[in-house]
Amino acid sequence: MSPDLLKLIFGRLGLESLPLHEPIVVGTFVVVALGGATLLAGLTYFRLWGYLWREWFTTVDHKRIGIMYMILGIVMLLRGFADALMMRGQQMLAFNGSEGYLNAHHYDQVFTAHGVIMIFFVAMPLVTGLMNYVVPLQIGARDVSFPFLNNFSFWMTVGGAVLVMASLFIGEFARTGWLAYPPLSNIGYSPDVGVDYYIWALQVAGVGTTLSGINLICTIVKLRCPGMTMMKMPVFTWTSLCTNILIVASFPVLTVVLALLSLDRYVGTNFFTNDFGGSPMMYVNLIWIWGHPEVYILVLPAFGIFSEVTSTFSGKRLFGYTSMVYATVVITILSYLVWLHHFFTMGSGASVNSFFGITTMIISIPTGAKMFNWLFTMYRGRIRYELPMMWTIAFMLTFVLGGMTGVLLAVPPADFVLHNSLFLIAHFHNVIIGGVVFGAFAGINYWFPKAFGFKLDVFWGKLSFWFWVVGFYLAFMPLYVLGLMGVTRRLRVFDDPSLQIWFVIAAIGAGLVFLGILCMLMQFAVSFLKREQLKDVTGDPWDARTLEWATSSPPPDYNFAFTPVVHDNDAWWDMKKRGYQRPLTGFKPIHMPSSTGTGVILAGLATAMGFGLIWYIWWLAAVSFIAMLVVGIGHTFNYHRDFDIPADDVIRTEDARTKLLAGAK
Amino acid sequence: MNTDTHAAHAGDHHHGDGHSHGTFSSYMLGFVLSVVLTAIPFWLVMSGTLPSKQITALVIMAFAVVQIVVHMIYFLHMNTKSENGWSMMALIFTIVMVVIALSGSLWVMNHLNSNMMPMHQMSGMK
Repeated sequence: MSPDLLKLIFGRLGLESLPLHEPIVVGTFVVVALGGATLLAGLTYFRLWGYLWREWFTTVDHKRIGIMYMILGIVMLLRGFADALMMRGQQMLAFNGSEGYLNAHHYDQVFTAHGVIMIFFVAMPLVTGLMNYVVPLQIGARDVSFPFLNNFSFWMTVGGAVLVMASLFIGEFARTGWLAYPPLSNIGYSPDVGVDYYIWALQVAGVGTTLSGINLICTIVKLRCPGMTMMKMPVFTWTSLCTNILIVASFPVLTVVLALLSLDRYVGTNFFTNDFGGSPMMYVNLIWIWGHPEVYILVLPAFGIFSEVTSTFSGKRLFGYTSMVYATVVITILSYLVWLHHFFTMGSGASVNSFFGITTMIISIPTGAKMFNWLFTMYRGRIRYELPMMWTIAFMLTFVLGGMTGVLLAVPPADFVLHNSLFLIAHFHNVIIGGVVFGAFAGINYWFPKAFGFKLDVFWGKLSFWFWVVGFYLAFMPLYVLGLMGVTRRLRVFDDPSLQIWFVIAAIGAGLVFLGILCMLMQFAVSFLKREQLKDVTGDPWDARTLEWATSSPPPDYNFAFTPVVHDNDAWWDMKKRGYQRPLTGFKPIHMPSSTGTGVILAGLATAMGFGLIWYIWWLAAVSFIAMLVVGIGHTFNYHRDFDIPADDVIRTEDARTKLLAGAK
Repeated sequence: MNTDTHAAHAGDHHHGDGHSHGTFSSYMLGFVLSVVLTAIPFWLVMSGTLPSKQITALVIMAFAVVQIVVHMIYFLHMNTKSENGWSMMALIFTIVMVVIALSGSLWVMNHLNSNMMPMHQMSGMK
């Protein structure tokens, strides 16, 4: 075939795009391919495809979508953490003239992929998944406001993740760092597909994130059960509301910045170039207008989780509910006023830097107020050290430390010394792992029995906890030390042999965290095998306080046979105190949304379009774009959008629960 | 509209009572206003009536802001009462965010421009 024709069909994709010269990547590919083939064969052998498609992929049930988000987050955690181990290994070895085992081309991709994956495809899915699962239950709703949109959002997130994963084996990923600053990310310095993978993965996933934000705001505003005024909402619902407001307000900025960057790369505009009036500094400014709220998007739901956990396991009402709500709202607004602290050193004047330094310090005040609220909730409480509470206490200790180094970095003169050093790396891992990751684990351990009807195994959970916590401190405390000594981030080789010992300690820490992750996977497996022993039939295994514990575990498709009526803050606690009796009769048919495959198809097409644009396969991009329009419009003619669960089915489900509850007593 | 009663039939697609769907004349008024508000800036650019480009740009921006308000009132049916005041709240929040992002960026970029841009490029920038 002529080269022109090949180019027309495959764009710039060719055999040389496959990274066959990288033994590490080839090895990974073999392992992944074998694992993937085994999984696919297993699914086919046990005839699970139909089940998965009908019950999971096409579902519009917020609970199942929430669980799928969690699975996505955990799978991507393995990938992101593999990158982390590779970096720790490289930096531990590359001393005394050794080049380590990763070449620069590969190493730069590894640290970029690590950041992108951990933020967008681990932290975001874990947080979104928990919100998706818990929020409708906490407010006594039957589903989110737009169930189909929810399914579509999830699959768009998966589409983004698929593109990032594809870059590992087809072509390469960006070598620019996780925010892809120009001019490095412009076509002149990054002519390869790496940055295009980055752009389109984030654009595809970003659509999903924005839509899911709109969906959850609408759900919280419109679907609260009778009696649940704003100031009676559980704190997790409050933090979710604020997080989703932040998502809706900030993700469009990211979308626009990346769109402008793609214009620079694809059609030769000069928004962020060095020449023709372009300004790379504008990119940095704009992307941090999104980027700073993003960290609060991640950590606010975690704060909500800790609030629920602290109050449940202390057996007390949350101390200072009102101040907690106001602190959350204040953080929401303030998170928009601090973005410049990410680039104090770029050259703004003293007035700009001191303004943003002060706003940054101010934001620690509401955060500190929250910390005291949790402490006072625990004070004179009857604390039960179950796994979620253990994660919460680890969070409180770790996050305070990370917060203090954050205030230190907020001082512009100090930041000039510490900017882009390993001190910064240690700081944000300290708050993101200590806050978001510990929060997600607290949430997983807390709500797992709600989702599956049995608790998680305590032994493996504790093992995982200790490996994680000890591993975290071993991995990141040395980075503070190194940062203070002036070691900058993203270095591949080192000259000064006296630094090596710190990197060795950090690598050992990363190894312990790896054991922690393995123990967590083991915890899931063991709990599944021991599910009869760990079973909870009451639906309220922790003697908890909010509405999600009022229904069975796992909840029926319709969540609540009757919409609950709320009189007090901790609605379920209040119901228990007043001797609430489950209604046993009078069930009616329940109106529910129907499953649809449109979300999967649309997201698949969007991913194909992204792939086409990355590789300049224009026909593929055009065809999949048109197909998206056709499918989208076609879906508007789908009139099978809802159905009624017959009253008989509701009676059967509720009677089964009545029998279980009677047996439990 | 009362959120509480609405929650009682969650999943139903009823619209609340608080929505005003507009009348034919309000839609027409909105339509005419937006056409006029589009036509004038168009004419300003094509005819070059105003003395400087900068003034033209500012005037167009002013028309754009009015256009946004027209759309919100006549097509999105927003007023201070709709959706229990949530629309208004969302609007205020949006304006706060946009003002922060725009004024902040202008302030920051102005500083960066005067501190960081090499002189020979400064002359090329308008």
